[in-house]
Amino acid sequence: MSLLNNYAPEDFFDEMVTPDSKTRTHYQRFVDRFSTVDTQEFDAKRRAVDLAFLRQGITFNVYGDSQGTERIFPFDLIPRIIPASEWEHLERGLEQRITALNLFLHDVYHEQRIMKDGVVPPFYVLSAKHFRREFVNFEVPKDIYVHICGTDLIRDNDGTYLVLEDNCRSPSGVSYVLENRRAMKRTFPGLFESIGVRPVDDYSTNLLKTMQYIAPSGVVDPTVVLLTPGSANSAYFEHTYLARQMGIEIVEGRDLVVRDSHVFMRTTRGLEPVHVIYRRIDDDFLDPTVFRKDSVLGVPGLINAYREGNVSLANSIGTGVADDKVVYYFVPRIIKYYLDQEPILPNVPTYLASEDQDKKYILEHLGELVVKAANESGGYGMLMGPRASKEEIDKFRKLIEADPRNYIAQPMISLSRHPTWCEEAGFEGRHVDLRPFILYGERTTIVPGGLTRVALTKGSLVVNSSQGGGSKDTWVLYD
Amino acid sequence: MLSRVANSLYWLSRYIERADNVARILDVNLQLLLDFRRLDDEHLARHWTPIIQSTGDEEDFFELYDEANGRTVTDYFVFNRKNPNSIISSIAQARENARMVRDQITIEMWEEINRIHLLIRSDRAVDMWDSSPAEFFHEIRASSCDLQGLIDSTIPRNEGWHFLQAGKYIERADKTTRILDLRHETLPERGVPIVVNQTDALEWSAVLRSCSAWDAYRHIHGVDVGPRWVSELLLLSPEFPRSVRFCVAQLDSVLRALSGVPPGRFWNDAEKRSGRLLAELQFGDIEEIFKNGLHEYLDHLQLQLNEVGESLFSIYIYHPFHEGFSDQQQQQQQKRRQPRQLVQQQQQ
Repeated sequence: MSLLNNYAPEDFFDEMVTPDSKTRTHYQRFVDRFSTVDTQEFDAKRRAVDLAFLRQGITFNVYGDSQGTERIFPFDLIPRIIPASEWEHLERGLEQRITALNLFLHDVYHEQRIMKDGVVPPFYVLSAKHFRREFVNFEVPKDIYVHICGTDLIRDNDGTYLVLEDNCRSPSGVSYVLENRRAMKRTFPGLFESIGVRPVDDYSTNLLKTMQYIAPSGVVDPTVVLLTPGSANSAYFEHTYLARQMGIEIVEGRDLVVRDSHVFMRTTRGLEPVHVIYRRIDDDFLDPTVFRKDSVLGVPGLINAYREGNVSLANSIGTGVADDKVVYYFVPRIIKYYLDQEPILPNVPTYLASEDQDKKYILEHLGELVVKAANESGGYGMLMGPRASKEEIDKFRKLIEADPRNYIAQPMISLSRHPTWCEEAGFEGRHVDLRPFILYGERTTIVPGGLTRVALTKGSLVVNSSQGGGSKDTWVLYD
Repeated sequence: MLSRVANSLYWLSRYIERADNVARILDVNLQLLLDFRRLDDEHLARHWTPIIQSTGDEEDFFELYDEANGRTVTDYFVFNRKNPNSIISSIAQARENARMVRDQITIEMWEEINRIHLLIRSDRAVDMWDSSPAEFFHEIRASSCDLQGLIDSTIPRNEGWHFLQAGKYIERADKTTRILDLRHETLPERGVPIVVNQTDALEWSAVLRSCSAWDAYRHIHGVDVGPRWVSELLLLSPEFPRSVRFCVAQLDSVLRALSGVPPGRFWNDAEKRSGRLLAELQFGDIEEIFKNGLHEYLDHLQLQLNEVGESLFSIYIYHPFHEGFSDQQQQQQQKRRQPRQLVQQQQQ
């Protein structure tokens, strides 16, 4: 099947095709092999994959649907391919970034040198929604704050990779990386060997090692558990998936009890100690005696046990200050400050609404900019200036005036495109981003590739699963 | 094993068994009606009402439907999502429990539960039902058999497996008593029934077939079907795998596997109750049971089974962790050394 017949990159950076419609070298082998697949066979494969996802219950829950509808995360069979050299560059950039962010978090929860030296204005850190002043001068195990990070990368019109945001609390999506790969291996078994694709299945082992590394001191054989909000959570599939891969228990808040500042799980044989909690619950819900009183998801007394050093949490509490979109603005300076290096992966140019000059610029150019709330995710709380109605623009104007600290603006980056199967039109370009997953323990490991999300709606730049996004397998090639 | 996980496995297995039993009861009774000619509304109601009563849902049923006939009863027990015991609800519950312990069960098991769940909620299920109810029920029962086979062949014989078995056998024993109770209105309140007319014989055959006991019965008793022999087989047979005695024997050995206490002794309420119930069935006598009234006896069995289930829950799942933790540990150590005493303490 000739994949690229009539395929036009148009005015965007295309992952597979050069502006003069030639296949990029690192895609050549795939395109050659793929040309032997005819339309009928491709259709059959596509249907088989969708059916397999549904049958295996690889789905996410749709909030606000009383029927408890589960949907599969649409999967596109054409992989995104990253050449070895490009990946090395990304890896170095991501490692640099997470190292700096961990140093930054340690600093803001201790000496606060970076604020005293005037590199990051104290106001921004102290007013960050997820800054936890209760944990100032608290020692986290091995001084690591962010153990698991999902950093969103995009490419602009020249193909330069930019960091769009850091997810330092509980990033999700890695189970799709692993399941997408499984699906691709089943669908195109012959391709992998001949093309040379780096495997991704080490992730779970590395994750478990990272968790074991931060166990409270003196515990020889730590019990690690994954704490989930429960089966109604949209990422529940991922929680069970990871627990299963690591061979650890998946627990809900009600499965845990705290006695004498130690955490235990309720088992059929009585209480058993727990040493490390990979929590997929936000700070606010962890412990109703400390944070939100109305939380039924958490464990009363958990924070006390954590403070006593009897249980470790990943990620640590208060890491959200590092993925506040205002703090994001300062990350290049943070890298420079702690590591004395130039950032390898640049940020998207950003304007802070709380800086007078920037605010003036933002308000004058609302129709051209993308405005984001500092602490929203999932594509919510966002204004896409060039595509917004007058009412939406006015609404954001008011929001910004009322609470400038909470807003940033960025020029609209068009995001690179990738050939993607579209029901009516055949193969068309669709915008993609990339979320690599970084583990920071005894050493830093990054699963080769990550989750490529694709905006399936024509022209759309929103890749979130809740808003019509799909995903692709991401291949990092051997040298 | 996490208590919540044990609970989910137990219920997962109960719901699979429940869907299977409901499918069997409906299938057999729909077919039975084909054997009767010219049934008026009153006869139809008399045929279907006991089936509604058997699950204790009579009030709910008449809130939703005006009369009990083949169409309304099957709708209520198959596709009605408001009925917590309908096949569609049971399968949804089984699947929800499976989802909560997705990391504990095998992929083969999960995929089959998920498949039947998606199937019964699809248009295809309704089409299948419209064109042939028998084929539809066959699909449900085949799936249940698949699942039992998968549990048997893919789940390690660890604690989780024991909870799956406990759920299955409690549910099965309970359903057998309910199926046997279907025709109690045609029986004298006390005493052994002797004369059986042809309609009754057909109805009692339906009871047997609802428990997949028809072939087993024929091998033992030949073609004459009477309530005394049917009841004896379904209650007291040590060999027939759906008899109450057989199920309780399995349940009892599962409980002992969980606690490690040999037969004839006990250290918790669950095995005390199951052991007692088993002894009662082992030394039970069908003449005696009829003399005191079959219906009462079936009630008594259901109550006992419930109590075993409740004890199981409070021992392994609920744990009232009220005391300070150090006390708790001490008590547990005592539990192992002096089992009897602890049970007495609990009762005080």
